[in-house]
Amino acid sequence: MTSRKIVINFPKDLIDRPIVYKLIKEYDLEFNILKASITPDSEGIMVLELMGDKKKIDDGIKYLKDQGVKIESLSKDIKVNWDKCIQCGACVSICPTEALYISDRKTMKVDFDAEKCIACELCIRPCPPRAIEVHYTT
Amino acid sequence: MAKTIEEINEKIKSGKVVVVTAEEIIDIVDKKGLEKAAQEVDVVTTGTFGPMCSSGAYFNFGHTKPKIKAGGGIALLNNVPAYTGWAAVDLYIGATATAKDDPLNKIHPGEFAYGGGHVIEELVSGKDVKLHVEAYGTDCYPRKHLDTLINIKDLNEAVLFNSRNAYQNYNVAVNLSNKTIYTYLGTLKPNLGNANYCSAGQLSPLLNDPFYKTIGIGTRIFLGGAEGYVAWQGTQHNPHAPRLDNGTPKRPAGTLAVIGDLKQMSPRYLKGVSFIGYGTTLAVGIGIPIPILNEEILKYTTVKDAEITAAVVDYSDAYPNGKPEVLGEVNYEQLKSGSIEIKGKKVATSGISSYSRALEIANTLKDLIKKGTFSLTQKVADLPSRDNAPKFKPLNERPVKEEK
Ligand code: SF4
Ligand code: SF4
Repeated sequence: MTSRKIVINFPKDLIDRPIVYKLIKEYDLEFNILKASITPDSEGIMVLELMGDKKKIDDGIKYLKDQGVKIESLSKDIKVNWDKCIQCGACVSICPTEALYISDRKTMKVDFDAEKCIACELCIRPCPPRAIEVHYTT
Repeated sequence: MAKTIEEINEKIKSGKVVVVTAEEIIDIVDKKGLEKAAQEVDVVTTGTFGPMCSSGAYFNFGHTKPKIKAGGGIALLNNVPAYTGWAAVDLYIGATATAKDDPLNKIHPGEFAYGGGHVIEELVSGKDVKLHVEAYGTDCYPRKHLDTLINIKDLNEAVLFNSRNAYQNYNVAVNLSNKTIYTYLGTLKPNLGNANYCSAGQLSPLLNDPFYKTIGIGTRIFLGGAEGYVAWQGTQHNPHAPRLDNGTPKRPAGTLAVIGDLKQMSPRYLKGVSFIGYGTTLAVGIGIPIPILNEEILKYTTVKDAEITAAVVDYSDAYPNGKPEVLGEVNYEQLKSGSIEIKGKKVATSGISSYSRALEIANTLKDLIKKGTFSLTQKVADLPSRDNAPKFKPLNERPVKEEK
């Protein structure tokens, strides 16, 4: 069982068709809707996490493409909101990759190295002022 | 030559005062020696910024027409319950109050995304806060419901009053069990996965005046970005904790109750925080100036991280079950290095209290004193000391007998 996160763009004429329903039913996939919205000109955007057999995920994605749905795979960006961060350091011993680290042991300033971040999200909830944010980009 | 607080205040007025932080004083005394430094330096500033439970604020929101008596009823601030049992329109909001519909720990660990600490932060930020009151109605206070927006600028009084802050040292929390635990000292990974500490160490106010020689009731302090005062000893104030030769306690010891005008404070130094699986609280910034009246007082302020130790405590068993066991003692230099050794294992450390923000507070207070906008006070009364403080006791539970 694997999982893959994708962004689906539905054109106007597909919005009222049960595409996602078919995806689950015929390709035996489980999914999480991470985000869904319909833009003012009625284009739909949905961020989905598909879970299931790798082959079935590929087949499901092919089915979506055949229907005229535009698909992009998704990546997460972790950002620290420095206005909210209180520089406590609680995240530092939680982060497995040292992406969150103490950059100066004298002032104990906390810094973030986006290059090292693997977007595991382990730091999100332990941050007391909830200063670490997940941004989805494609 | 000993100095007095009046003399120091004169120097503050004339702009001749010499102020340094509790970090800077270490090197100064190292170079110049105690005697010379005691003559030259007038004030040492300290600072701490961290989550401090037993924090809260009270305020008077003004009478309505017709009048309402919240006392005996229910009051919610942004859906977080406030304490009403005071009077008609006085409320107290505690930092650890959780929102009314919060699922708490029903699905463990709970988020605790919003609580009393966040309400206080929003008030201080000048944001509108929703107030909901349900009262029972009396002849003199007939109104039973109130829903309104309130703003700190319209409140008659808004006062931060924290009954226990500025703990003189604290435990280092670890987890010996084999599952992650969620505590007020943060998330602790299994099998000694990490160690969390919570003190500003060499910058911490009460660690720089370990026997409360200058800090006492009535001392003017920096509180939440404004001026505040030490109102009393804090709850659980325990000067009897065992100490090192330099006077610093090896366990959590003294505490302060502090008070100040919330309207003057800033969200930079009062921040609502959430600990998953535990709850919400308020991170509070406190800075206390120490007047260098003599060499002895100066000597205490030169304490450095390597000379302050804290006890490593297992929060999966010893702490929750009230067992006295300690896994070892480490000093703050080791804690701040990023890892300590416990039971032969290298364990990564994290602060929960912000050293860099504590440093900022000590420097801000230094600047305020140098500019002449912050002057020192003589304490009005002493904090309880080892000689006269009552013993800090656990609860002696006694069976409740059913009345016939
Ligand atoms: S998402 Fe994971 S890797 Fe990235 S900063 Fe947070 S804990 Fe570190
Ligand atoms: S835990 Fe949050 S507030 Fe603390 S240093 Fe990390 S990002 Fe900043």
